[in-house]
Amino acid sequence: MIRIANGQGFWGDWLEAPVRLVEQGPLDYLMLDYLAEVTMSILQKQKAADPALGYARDFPPLIGRIAKRIRERHIRVLANAGGVNAIACAKEVLRLAPDIKVAVVLGDDILPALDALLAAGHEMRNMDTGAPLSTIRDRIQSANAYLGAFPIAEALATGADVIITGRCTDSALALAPMIHEFGWGPADHDLLAAGTVAGHIIECGAQCTGGNCQVDWQTIPELANIGFPIVEMEPDGSFAVTKHLGTGGRINTAVVKEQLLYEIGDPCRYVMADCIADFTTIRLFDDGPDRVRCTGVRGEPAPSTLKLSMSYHYGWKAIGALVFTWPQALEKAKTADRIVRSHLDQLGLRFEKIHTEYFGVNACLGTAAPPVADPPEVELRIGVRGEDRKAVDRFTRELIPLVLNGPPGATGYGEGRPKVREIVAYWPALIPREAIHPRVEVVE
Amino acid sequence: MKIPLSRIAHTRSGDKGDLSNIGVIAYKQEYYPILLREVTADRVKAHFGDLVNGRVERFELPNLGALNFLLYEALDGGGTISLRTDAQGKTHGAALLSLEIEVGEDEL
Repeated sequence: MIRIANGQGFWGDWLEAPVRLVEQGPLDYLMLDYLAEVTMSILQKQKAADPALGYARDFPPLIGRIAKRIRERHIRVLANAGGVNAIACAKEVLRLAPDIKVAVVLGDDILPALDALLAAGHEMRNMDTGAPLSTIRDRIQSANAYLGAFPIAEALATGADVIITGRCTDSALALAPMIHEFGWGPADHDLLAAGTVAGHIIECGAQCTGGNCQVDWQTIPELANIGFPIVEMEPDGSFAVTKHLGTGGRINTAVVKEQLLYEIGDPCRYVMADCIADFTTIRLFDDGPDRVRCTGVRGEPAPSTLKLSMSYHYGWKAIGALVFTWPQALEKAKTADRIVRSHLDQLGLRFEKIHTEYFGVNACLGTAAPPVADPPEVELRIGVRGEDRKAVDRFTRELIPLVLNGPPGATGYGEGRPKVREIVAYWPALIPREAIHPRVEVVE
Repeated sequence: MKIPLSRIAHTRSGDKGDLSNIGVIAYKQEYYPILLREVTADRVKAHFGDLVNGRVERFELPNLGALNFLLYEALDGGGTISLRTDAQGKTHGAALLSLEIEVGEDEL
């Protein structure tokens, strides 16, 4: 049996979680997931400004903090912190923790090869819209393939203490140690599917240990000391999900089911780089306090394609807000909205979208929100987006004047006028597996 | 009798581009047939009104006593494009809890 923990569900997750995981109980592997869908474009921009950047900057200081502990306890770390510059990330780790052996997994970054791939006939059509990549080629900011677990397992075979990858499937970081320890091969579909399901359960950190959980949420113990998840995987693909003794949170089948259903499509075909897992074959059992067992997972062979994650410049947006109070707060907010829209119209400004929400009334739940009679306060929230940065910038001047020029009692403008932000959008696509060439390097 | 979905199920939601997904999980396995009968794709679509511009697709997970719904064109473009407070559909699960369903008293 091996123990694999996840100490980071996204870049910006609780900084103390991985430190506590290595200190509060037994562990063999620690995985850390830093990359969201559009993180890569931010990292590409940082690398363009400074060739020594382009990776998750939280990661090297973390290794500095836990280096002694992971060496003593023989805990190995796997992180997709490399972003678009895994070698620079590895060098910074070595600067802060010189005794650590570091290996990197490369080959996911296809930005330099993009034109060659297009020329070779790979259309890389948007999986959602069907549009070919050529329609936005000049606006592409990053392009990466989601690598699977086998190259990461190869990196483990080098004996490195810390494995740094760029883009890979989140669950591959959990699956790689299983492949490495148990000798699972590409044809072991059911085992790979079991490892993928285990990875899916823990990849969002504490979201499977009581965080963001609806079931009896008021009684979940000590969210302030929530334990991050640990998978105890057996060589036969059965596993338990648990957390360190004495930590807060809760693990039971209801909690784990919520996470199993999180961000999935067709449950019979959960497509990853290493296999296709069938979530309708999963068997879950409560197995004592804060412990759930999972068996029976079946899978199919890996698809012939790998998924690509690309990002491109889409346009500009700004979102501004004003607060109106009782009485008639909603009516005041609606009047202000009409005034702003009239001004934009009078100025001849055109946007792809103008979006209004009445925060406190219907912002999140829309028509599904329970009705509110004359609420004590309402935040008017107006957003615009479009291709013309100047038009978006002009919009940002239209809200605060209403404090003097509009319906009575507007406040909440203390942050000043809204900021214009670039919209970098996501372009999911597929490419034949043979077009991608993962490789492993030990960084000295 | 009419009850809100929250009496028999809990939910979690998230995003994939402009699509949101809602997992609906029965509190007890015996409630799963009620979910199958009452929580149809059409009713989910109607519940969300103009929040969801596209179709709604339903998948069944009898092993978990759960349903998974995919709501297309549900996030104003999704992720970074969306102008919504909830650009990632994090609250869609909670929004579905107020869905009114019809159950027999012997079913609870």
